Amino acid sequence: MTESTGGIEMEEDMSGTVKKFAFINRKAPYGTIYALESLEVVLISAAFDQDVSLVFADDGVYELKKGQATKAIGMKNFSPTYRALEGYDIEKLYVDKDSMEARGLTTDDLIVDVEVLDSAAMAALLEEQDVVLSF
Amino acid sequence: MLHIVNKSPLERVAFDSCLRMAKPGSTILLIEDAVYAVTKGNKVESAVKAAMKNCTVSALWPDLEARGMQDTVIDGVKQVDYNGFVDLVADSSSVMSWL
Repeated sequence: MTESTGGIEMEEDMSGTVKKFAFINRKAPYGTIYALESLEVVLISAAFDQDVSLVFADDGVYELKKGQATKAIGMKNFSPTYRALEGYDIEKLYVDKDSMEARGLTTDDLIVDVEVLDSAAMAALLEEQDVVLSF
Repeated sequence: MLHIVNKSPLERVAFDSCLRMAKPGSTILLIEDAVYAVTKGNKVESAVKAAMKNCTVSALWPDLEARGMQDTVIDGVKQVDYNGFVDLVADSSSVMSWL
């Protein structure tokens, strides 16, 4: 095998591979840049036709809170973008039940439809991923 | 004395330590991610209510509103804007930030 054909074969292999990607969101919005950066990377990932899941746990649940209005703090309100993810075929959104309850929130407080998972279900979801990216 | 906390109470221990070390009569001002502390149903709600018996607990409303928490603030928490923030600092003998 020549070096050049080896390179081409690798490229062909890559194009057909769909991996399971999970983006783990564990930070509140606005206080740090993590939540916004995660969203940017998620949108980029949509261009690669991978099997993408978004997980919201700990303070990350706050990213999905309804009614965010950021005018007075002079920052961009990026929460409406979560509702646009469906248009990019990113439809697997999971919220950790314990995290949501510890913050006095219910799914009615969230701007998107999510699947609420208990700890065991979350453990199973994480285990089946090929790539886990944390924010 | 004015105590200023800016970290989420469920992610860092700054808020707990502040409550532990604030003398009765102090003012505790919550800004940025710390404003989640004064929202109903939060795990630290009872600690906030206990602190309000001998301290003034305030929160910066622009930060509450940014996070969509403006309608769920615990009763008795004083909401201040940026001018109110400046007044609190100016009127305090000393200020401690719980970074």
